[in-house]
Amino acid sequence: MEWILLGLLATPLVGFVLILLLPRERLRWIHALSIAVGLITFGLAIALWIAFRPEQPGFQFRIALRWIESLDIGFRVGVDGISLLLVVLTTLLTLVALLASLEAIRHRQKEYYAMLLLLETAMLGVFVATDTFLFYVFWELVLIPMYFIIGIWGGRNRIYAALKFFLYTLVGSLLMLVGIVWLGVYAQQHAGGFTGDLERLQQIGPTLPLTAQRWLFWAFALSFCIKVPLFPLHTWLPDAHVEAPTAGSVILAGVLLKMGTYGLVRFNLELFPQASFEYAPLLAWLGVIGIVYGALVAFAQSDMKKLIAYSSVSHLGFIVLGIFSMTVEGLQGALLQMVNHGLSTGMLFLCVGMLYERRHTRELAEFGGLARRMPLFAVLLALAVLSSAGLPGLNGFVGEFLSLLGAAQSRFLDNFVFAAIGVSGVILAAAYLLKFYHALMFGEPSNPENYHLRDIGWLERLQLIPLVVLFVWIGLFPRPFLHLSELSFRSMVAKLEQLRFGITTIELPTPQAAPAAEPVQPSPSPLEPQRFLEEQLRRMPPPRP
Amino acid sequence: MDMGSQLLSVAPVVLVGGLATVVMLVDALVRDSTRWTFWMSLAGLIGSAIAGLATLSASGTVFNGMLAAGGTAALFDTLLSMAGILTLLAARPYLRREGQEYDEFYTLLLFALAGAMLLVHAAHLVIFFLGIELMSVAFYVLAGYFRRQTRSVEAALKYFLLGAFATGFLLYGIAMVYGSSGALAYAAIQEQLRHGSALPTLLLIGIGLLVVGVGFKIAIVPFHQWVPDVYQGAPTVVTAFMSTVGKAAVVIALVPLFRALQPAVETKLQLAVATLAAATILLGNITAVVQSNIKRMLAYSSIAHAGYLLMGLVAQNDRGWAGMLFYAAAYLFMQLGAFVVVASVETNNEERLEISEYAGLSRRHPVLAALMAIFLFSLTGLPPFAGFFGKYYLFTAAIEAGYTWLAVIAVVGTMISAYFYLGVLVAMYFREPHERLVPALGGTATLTVWLSSLAVLALGIFPSTLLQLLERFL
Repeated sequence: MEWILLGLLATPLVGFVLILLLPRERLRWIHALSIAVGLITFGLAIALWIAFRPEQPGFQFRIALRWIESLDIGFRVGVDGISLLLVVLTTLLTLVALLASLEAIRHRQKEYYAMLLLLETAMLGVFVATDTFLFYVFWELVLIPMYFIIGIWGGRNRIYAALKFFLYTLVGSLLMLVGIVWLGVYAQQHAGGFTGDLERLQQIGPTLPLTAQRWLFWAFALSFCIKVPLFPLHTWLPDAHVEAPTAGSVILAGVLLKMGTYGLVRFNLELFPQASFEYAPLLAWLGVIGIVYGALVAFAQSDMKKLIAYSSVSHLGFIVLGIFSMTVEGLQGALLQMVNHGLSTGMLFLCVGMLYERRHTRELAEFGGLARRMPLFAVLLALAVLSSAGLPGLNGFVGEFLSLLGAAQSRFLDNFVFAAIGVSGVILAAAYLLKFYHALMFGEPSNPENYHLRDIGWLERLQLIPLVVLFVWIGLFPRPFLHLSELSFRSMVAKLEQLRFGITTIELPTPQAAPAAEPVQPSPSPLEPQRFLEEQLRRMPPPRP
Repeated sequence: MDMGSQLLSVAPVVLVGGLATVVMLVDALVRDSTRWTFWMSLAGLIGSAIAGLATLSASGTVFNGMLAAGGTAALFDTLLSMAGILTLLAARPYLRREGQEYDEFYTLLLFALAGAMLLVHAAHLVIFFLGIELMSVAFYVLAGYFRRQTRSVEAALKYFLLGAFATGFLLYGIAMVYGSSGALAYAAIQEQLRHGSALPTLLLIGIGLLVVGVGFKIAIVPFHQWVPDVYQGAPTVVTAFMSTVGKAAVVIALVPLFRALQPAVETKLQLAVATLAAATILLGNITAVVQSNIKRMLAYSSIAHAGYLLMGLVAQNDRGWAGMLFYAAAYLFMQLGAFVVVASVETNNEERLEISEYAGLSRRHPVLAALMAIFLFSLTGLPPFAGFFGKYYLFTAAIEAGYTWLAVIAVVGTMISAYFYLGVLVAMYFREPHERLVPALGGTATLTVWLSSLAVLALGIFPSTLLQLLERFL
């Protein structure tokens, strides 16, 4: 089944090359080809989901091709419960973004679609890479097409925004590169050879001396937190969002920000657990500050895109809080919230884009009373707003609730204040989102330019309706989504609790041994990770062949 | 070994040296020879590139331990010949457009290349010196090749005076090393150092002077002042050639030299070189930020690249040596490609060299702009291009040697460099063209740009092919 994953990565790349080869006048071919590639990739992602077996631990669909042997760097890819949902989300949002571009993008279309497909490969690569070198290659590769998408097809201040986006991200990621190399060299000096293999590094990580872990934790975390973006590193986001074309905003909010939170889970928690215990409260505080600050600033915005951009800062705060609660509930909530935020914020950006296409303005004050002119649009936008505000019954509620539950229960944070302040974010979200909706839809249409706006057409429905279906589905029946990542997170939290407290309450349904039934070993102190690790490795099921 | 097989084992050097002489004679004796000399040079360089591959398996030294045969030297014979071919292809349309295509150019180019290849083969300090001088003298003349342009002549004079000064340091350093160890061949020097029979103070001074002399040649801070003026003043194809081949050849020659001197290189000296590298990286990148002329910008950035290359010398381990060589190969193609694009966009009388004049290049010449983007991303060090892997490997070497702080400085330099490399991209892609369509240099120059970008991509995506060769030879 490994071919599915390889096909998933290769399809957009092939599409990218084919589009470059097409003559630039053949717009229909270019459109058809990119939509076809988007559909095939999405289909492959669904196939991956169906073939995925949630009851198996570790990475699945693994491929390991030799690449740079002297450094043990390989083309290693694989999917586990944590990355699978993000892969599906990426392909879905790319498809929607492609559809949204058909009418909005009018110049240099050949380059545009080529860039979008290159971006898709790079984003998928970030989520499936299980080799630090390969991960970094994809991570940086994301920058190049996004830089061009903002810079060429963006709004008035696009050059400033593109440059800011690029430089901010690069600053973080280059320090991560030093961290990646340092880890490899450490493996060479203490564990028998330089390596980029993430699975080997996950075993080495907890044995690192604490001082080194602290430095490495920040080398990685800085890069991810800029991407998230965590308060106070968020200043690039409003600029990039406002200037990017609609599809760019959708991808930026929907997928690119998730690369940061994904990285925090995949690298910071798994590679540097002891340092994570130490810094979890700090990052949780920043998350909480982001929740409140983002919401307050969003409330003050008059530009629709800026409002949604700041709401992202607030929503991503919940995710970071969930992650650093280091509980199964918190992590699962965070992952689900990543998907939810991608869907609902993606849809909000699409809706703003549709209004912008009609009126060429994003000022809230220019609108009002649209509900009468665009009834279908009004209903769909209402669902997106309510989902984003976390109304029970829709998807946003489940993710936020679980994240906050995790934060409240967390033995690592051990402080109820985080959840208590975090909850205020839900109320504030309702405030600014309802204000946004109210200003757009209700009241009398006072501005004569709004009298003759047409409701959304079939192409626009095609973009919005699948997202709305998912809102309801995840909101009412989140089990299939949560189930995917359950085992991955359970084993992660079990490992973390073992390291911190020497004992875990998590039951792991392992095929060979039931660890819960075993007498609990006398707790090794967190300062002796080496001994614990041997213990841990002995108990864990052997890796799949 | 008899004379014939000794000559054969260093065939590329012999071939290029002989070719240079023949081309010079043809120029003197044959009327209307320009057509001939171009094709002769091209054929000869293709021959020497192949000869380099053919002699890969040779080993040891020839001519009484003067020249190293085979291995990395042969590998870089091929790569340097390729750089020579790429320069030739770009130079012809460029010189024709400027109305200055004379035979001397090809002769000088071949002499410079012969010097570079001699340098790469050096296993003896005299050959090291000969190679550097043969190459440098040809460069001095090439820099002033546009003899009616003040800027070009000024560049030549500046380069010559400072180069001659540097040569003094170099020679003095060689003399000191000889005085301390009583040997000039690398192997013999190493032997002396191992037995501890060299005079340590004298040797340290000698190595210090060598570093200063070499520092001038490859433009390490604080010996870099000549670079911007010379690189800007020289004809662009000449700049392309001397900023790549000139720098790469010296760096490659440093590897066997410093491996021989390794027993004498203490922590203090290592630290001194690391400081130089850090200063070079930071200063080169920071000064490049404020340049508005693209040739000057690339000149300052080439200083920074010399700093990255020095990281391998600091590390003093196998990864460091391999990293230096790999980065030299990557640098050869990305810098050459970028300069040839500059030469293509430039119009008569050195116009259109300002970065602001690149506005909208992607509209007029989409392919040229896209290839330039590849070179710039590679120079920045973004994956999946050659420059990224070169840096990755050098970082590995530095961190392995305990110089994590140097890697962090290099990273800071890279961040700064992103800003000015992106400036060119912004102009090419995000700004609208404000002039009428101007033709770019076509013909064989396009071939150069394409081939260089293919090399940059190939080295970036499949670095292990070259890396395995390098590791086998070291």
